[in-house]
Amino acid sequence: MKLSNWLARDGVERPLIWPCVTLALLCALNLWVNPHFLSLRMLDGHLFGAPIDVLNRAAPLVLVATGMTLVIATRGIDISVGAVVAIAGAAAATILATQPVPTGSLIAQALLAALIVGVLSGMWNGLLVSFVGMQPIIATLILMVAGRGIAQLLTAGQIIPIGAPGYLFVGGGYWLGVPCSVWIATIAVLATAALVEGTALGLFIRAIGVNPVATRLVGLRSKALVFAVYGFSGLTAAMAGILISSNVRSADGNNAGLLLELDAILAVTLGGTSLLGGRFSFAGTVLGALIIQTLTYTTYSIGVPPEATLVVKAAVVLAVSVIQSPAARALAMSIGMQMIKQREVAR
Amino acid sequence: MRRFFSAWAHIVDPRTLPIAVTILLFCALFGFGSVMYTGFFSWQVLLDLLVDNAFLLIVAIGMTFVIVSGGIDLSVGSVVALTTIVEAVLSERYHLSVWVIVPIVLVMGTVFGAVQGALIHFFRLQAFIVTLAGMFFARGLCFLITTQSITITDPTFHAISAFRLDIGIGSVTANVLIAFVALLGAIYVAHFTRFGRNVYAVGGNARSALLMGLPVAHTRVGVYALSGFCSALGGAVFTFYVLSGYGLQGQGMELDAIAATVIGGTLLTGGVGYVVGSLFGVGILGTIQTLITFDGTLSSWWTRIVIGALLCAFCLLQRLIERHAKSVRRPGGTGAVVTSGRERGQTEPSGASDSHVIGRAPEQA
Repeated sequence: MKLSNWLARDGVERPLIWPCVTLALLCALNLWVNPHFLSLRMLDGHLFGAPIDVLNRAAPLVLVATGMTLVIATRGIDISVGAVVAIAGAAAATILATQPVPTGSLIAQALLAALIVGVLSGMWNGLLVSFVGMQPIIATLILMVAGRGIAQLLTAGQIIPIGAPGYLFVGGGYWLGVPCSVWIATIAVLATAALVEGTALGLFIRAIGVNPVATRLVGLRSKALVFAVYGFSGLTAAMAGILISSNVRSADGNNAGLLLELDAILAVTLGGTSLLGGRFSFAGTVLGALIIQTLTYTTYSIGVPPEATLVVKAAVVLAVSVIQSPAARALAMSIGMQMIKQREVAR
Repeated sequence: MRRFFSAWAHIVDPRTLPIAVTILLFCALFGFGSVMYTGFFSWQVLLDLLVDNAFLLIVAIGMTFVIVSGGIDLSVGSVVALTTIVEAVLSERYHLSVWVIVPIVLVMGTVFGAVQGALIHFFRLQAFIVTLAGMFFARGLCFLITTQSITITDPTFHAISAFRLDIGIGSVTANVLIAFVALLGAIYVAHFTRFGRNVYAVGGNARSALLMGLPVAHTRVGVYALSGFCSALGGAVFTFYVLSGYGLQGQGMELDAIAATVIGGTLLTGGVGYVVGSLFGVGILGTIQTLITFDGTLSSWWTRIVIGALLCAFCLLQRLIERHAKSVRRPGGTGAVVTSGRERGQTEPSGASDSHVIGRAPEQA
């Protein structure tokens, strides 16, 4: 009884408790199936083991979800991130393919081009949402539809292989025994968190999410902020695109980042960021992304067909949204009140 | 002259302007194809647009209702896939007749949609997140049933698939007939029934509809159930078209359906739109594909880019119309009333802000 009270109070005050509990439960399930789940070992100077694997594979998702967190915090949504991932990968691969043995400067150009293309895509979304005033889901739907076409246009419908060692290092290399992609994702999230939470930006973004009209009337340049947030989402999607194309050593306009937008939204939701805007947490988002990747790992390791993950994800999304919804809270409150009343009557 | 003006006023009415643009665009695209490519201008090409897109038309009809009611349904594509799988499995493994299978999948689709609608209405969840989960769920179910493509060998399926009706100027398939019956039914429901009126009312302004005593809950749940029904019917038609069941079928179909609806003149803010517009929206998507096929030098990905560009153009047009309608309405005029629920929702409390605005009308204008 005391424990449930504690959980209920803490669940409201410290929303991170729920993603932590979920992740811990998933890890426990994995440990039960495979006692060596959490064990790490050094091999060729690199760390190996299931946790590293999960972190490595979750890195692109963490990046995309970080951008998505800010977008959702402004009451928006960006469903074009999967397409932007494909465009960024395609842009980098096309530039790398111009020389048989890419030089260092060409690799730098490819990376830069991918990032610029991503930011431009994000700015296009931001333009439609903040200055034209379209609903975010529709504005980003346009790029989601056209984006894969653009990516295929860049790659001419082919899957372009990537062989440049410098580029492959980004998504497949190791530094200090830890995969490069993990470093990149960690640094990106920490930098974003420092920028947003360390300055007034976080307050402004929350204000827009809570009440866009009031924020504008107060005198904040909310249009420019929303525009920038979508641009940032494009940037993180492009970084994820680089990691993914570098990891699979090819750029595929059709399948790179497929359904990634859904995973990103799921990660953000799981992390306790409200879809109604105004409340967000980067730590929660990272936890959410790790939960999704651990879930995928678990389904593989316990022998459930991987396709079942989709059903599980759907159930989790629904459960989390229902728990977050004011209607369900009101229902739970009224049931709780009734129970208290009944107990008093019994006394 | 006066008649001309009244016709012109009718065309630039914000409720009918998008659909007028759509019909013009369809004629222009088809005319362009007829001029550019030999053999394009024939009744059979026109009818083939319907033959190849009958399933999309049916799905878009359901989507039109959802968007008019102010919502969105992202689960349609995966419900189509689920329908093809269930039909194939029931036919191949359990050897049921078509006449048993189709009602089963229609009920399945309707229930699926109704559950989504209930979640959206009663828990006040956002439509896109619930239908997104529905999309995952249906797609996952497909793969849980089977990860392989099942070919249907049942002779009745083949007979329906091969059926051709000669209508003098060309021939159409059974699918086209089903789609047309669905279209006529949808027009009847939208414009001549109480349910249809309620859908428009809820889409225009859900709060007003509630205050007027309209059954908002029934309407919302009903709209998503209808969309689920249409997706299942579209899936059944798709099965007749491809004669197999596969879990990856219909990927991205939700985007095509939304694009067709929006291009067909349905306002995304809800409350305004015509079912027949979606017919022309699907027609435009089909014409683009046919044009690219006829050209031969353009690659398939141009389809996606052109559809995206068109979608963008029509969304911009909608924004212009909304702004225009607002500037007409604000000074207190009663002509050309377009109430956009979303817009009002953002400037809450709407009562206070409206009086505020009307009080300062000259400054606004």
